[in-house]
Amino acid sequence: MSVLRAVLSQPSGAIGVALVTGHVALALLSPVILPHDPIAQNADLILRAPSLTHPFGTDRLGRDILSRAMLGGREAMLIATLSTLIAMIWGTAVGLFLALVGGRTDTYVMRIVDALSSIPGILIVMIFVAALGVGPAALIPILGYSYGLGVVYIARAAALDFVARDFVMSAQARGHARTIILLREVLPNVRDSLAVQGAMQWSWLLLGVASLSFLGLGVAPPTPDWGLMIADARGVMPTAPWAVLWPMAMLSSLIVGVNLSADAFAKALGVDRQTGVRTA
Amino acid sequence: MKLLDAQDLTICRSGSDSAIVSAASLALGPGETIGIGGESGCGKSTLLLALMGIVKPGLTVTGGRVHISGKDLATISDGTMRGLRGRFVAMVPQSAAMALTPTMRVGAQLAEAMAVHDASPPGDIAAHTTALFEKVRLPEPDRIGKRYPHELSGGQMQRVAIAMALACRPKLLLLDEPTTGLDVTTQAGILDLLGDLRRETGMAMVCVSHDIGVLARLTDRVAVMYAGRIVEERPTATLLTRPAHPYARALLASVPRIEIPGLPPSIPGSPPPPGMSGPGCAFAPRCSRAHAACEQVPTLLPLPDGGRIACHAPDHGPQAPVKGPGPRGAPEAGMPVIAVRNLVVRYRRASFLARITRQRPPDPVVADVSLTLARGEILGLVGESGSGKSTILRAIAGLWPPSAGNITLDGANLPARVTARDRAALRRVQVVFQNPDASLNPRHTVREILAQPLRLYFNANPAEVEARARSLIADVRLDPAHLDRRPAQLSGGERQRVALARAFAAEPDVILCDEVTSALDVSVQASVLSLIHDLCHARGTSCLFVAHDIAVVAALCDRVAVLHQGRIVEQGPARSVCSIPEHPFTRSLIGAVHRIPDVHDNSFRVG
Repeated sequence: MSVLRAVLSQPSGAIGVALVTGHVALALLSPVILPHDPIAQNADLILRAPSLTHPFGTDRLGRDILSRAMLGGREAMLIATLSTLIAMIWGTAVGLFLALVGGRTDTYVMRIVDALSSIPGILIVMIFVAALGVGPAALIPILGYSYGLGVVYIARAAALDFVARDFVMSAQARGHARTIILLREVLPNVRDSLAVQGAMQWSWLLLGVASLSFLGLGVAPPTPDWGLMIADARGVMPTAPWAVLWPMAMLSSLIVGVNLSADAFAKALGVDRQTGVRTA
Repeated sequence: MKLLDAQDLTICRSGSDSAIVSAASLALGPGETIGIGGESGCGKSTLLLALMGIVKPGLTVTGGRVHISGKDLATISDGTMRGLRGRFVAMVPQSAAMALTPTMRVGAQLAEAMAVHDASPPGDIAAHTTALFEKVRLPEPDRIGKRYPHELSGGQMQRVAIAMALACRPKLLLLDEPTTGLDVTTQAGILDLLGDLRRETGMAMVCVSHDIGVLARLTDRVAVMYAGRIVEERPTATLLTRPAHPYARALLASVPRIEIPGLPPSIPGSPPPPGMSGPGCAFAPRCSRAHAACEQVPTLLPLPDGGRIACHAPDHGPQAPVKGPGPRGAPEAGMPVIAVRNLVVRYRRASFLARITRQRPPDPVVADVSLTLARGEILGLVGESGSGKSTILRAIAGLWPPSAGNITLDGANLPARVTARDRAALRRVQVVFQNPDASLNPRHTVREILAQPLRLYFNANPAEVEARARSLIADVRLDPAHLDRRPAQLSGGERQRVALARAFAAEPDVILCDEVTSALDVSVQASVLSLIHDLCHARGTSCLFVAHDIAVVAALCDRVAVLHQGRIVEQGPARSVCSIPEHPFTRSLIGAVHRIPDVHDNSFRVG
């Protein structure tokens, strides 16, 4: 609780938390409060400028942009959240294990992780989407895997700071099992660093999912999605800028909100956001 | 004119009135040497920095004045201050290893220190650096400047730091713990150097140290600080033999002394945290002579011998050595609990290239060491850093597998690796580490820390854990309220007690203590030593006590093994090894101990 208070007492932290809370609330409540059907096309209302009935205007199929912008983060957030969880869990488990075991196992497994990291994530996504088709079921495991590689480095580096300390040595000397040492001695000490890292992963994944949708590899139409909406309207940008502006504003406000919150939490917890190392 | 004159200097935390240093006054004439002693957190380093006009961030000078050669530091400009620093007053920082830039050759760093105040051509500067390296007695003074700090030993780095302070020929040298962290024989070399420099140059010195023995070798006068105040300032010889302030007397008594066997008495209680002392005399709660008048803060009053004291109930009698229970004679014969035979430990295997080119393998860290530990015996293992003493302990604990040799527990072979040992064998051998800051998980409460061995070895349920934890915390003389605290909320001594309680929670037959008191203040050390002594005796536990300080070993241990370069050079009953050492290395180890003279010891001289 004192951490949350420290976050909210920083202006940037308060703004960030407000933005994220607003977006999450909107994603959860939007089906109930939608002003128009987001999928219904209307040939009479193509590319209308913002008006009282359609405050954000309409797109080139005559769909209400406000309704679509309200719903457009739901699927991206779902995919980003689940793949962040997968990435954090497997990345942390492998990273902590390697830090504790050390020696040859650590060296060899890390070289494999290096090799896997050298394959561009977008390439893997394209291969899997070509094989399995677009949609959350294909994206979540792929993104969870490829973003988890980065977590391995961070978790290992954060844990290395602690495995050399005497309290871990002391637990080893007592003869505790390795899993117990990882969970009880190491994990509580790297928890804060990893929580901040998780928030950063979430923001990268949100952006990543939006980019994939923009490229046609993410969310399948006609589901409303910010990335898709931007891709769809980019041809009419000179004549109907509102069709691009609103999804962009929604996406960037969420990303900025997550980053501001992560920064504020990092400061409140005393963690260096780049390296994941505790500074206080 | 006084070289240095500090009057009623008070330094508080910014924005509060909690004083880290209270009304400290010190004066120093040319060529004089004064020591500031006291335990960690007493404000001695803060005071020393303030004498140079430096206050750490978060602190503010709220009262008093410092004059250096007649100039008031509070009123002079930054430019004048910079002119004074280096040329008039210079400082040797606490840790030379931290103070030297790791990526710059030491000669260049020294040249830089000179260039600040000296516009000589580069050729002259090079000659000057060589001369300075020679002055601080570094080997190969004309070539050592080409080395980087990590290529030097700890003692050599300290000499470079001293050379940098001497670069602009200051009249006043401030030394912050100049020998802390160095081996005793290296310490002796640095102290000899400082003493000679002082005689040659006539420099005045202010030396801060927690080690009264260091101050005894270097200073004319010593000021003892407690809770931010100077409580007693006396000529060094007088302070050492007839201290009058109850704190100074207790502090000196708690230093283990090799010539008097037995455990030194400790001071009850613990000092208030910096800036948190209550009203009245800060030492009164721990003082046996405290009375009603001690509710008023005593003022620092002059004494007939030129010293000063701040106490309502000083004790001017001579200090009689008081010793607690000490080492026993020869331990009972019989099967040893732990027997180490022909132990060899290497840090690295010879590399593939070295093996095919048949190079000589690297020297082992521990070479052919055999020792036994009898039931209930406390065995001291003493040596300098790098002698392999901690490595032997780790090999017995199974944390560092040996290259050769074997270790038995009650005659049964102990597997080399901790992971290969069964739970019963693990329970019977417990380790206590050097630094309790590192050996206790900062995220756990004391209850959780003590629960670990209880759950692991005895499958204790929560009720049993609670009951055992309470009795253990009482055994190490702590309060049950400590069970809910985390390590950061405990003092250094309390943490080491918790670490001992955790080791004894396993009801071990053997505890392995790795330099367990070297991170502690001397009065806390005395209480931890007596705790180890009492716990081992009450339970019949054997103890392998690794230490670098032979005086500590002499005070606690029944038997001593002296380790030098990975080999045991001498072992025997503590009393005989320390009073009649046979091996030259043991003799040099004992000779390097900074003796505190007795009342009757007239051979002692200052400087």
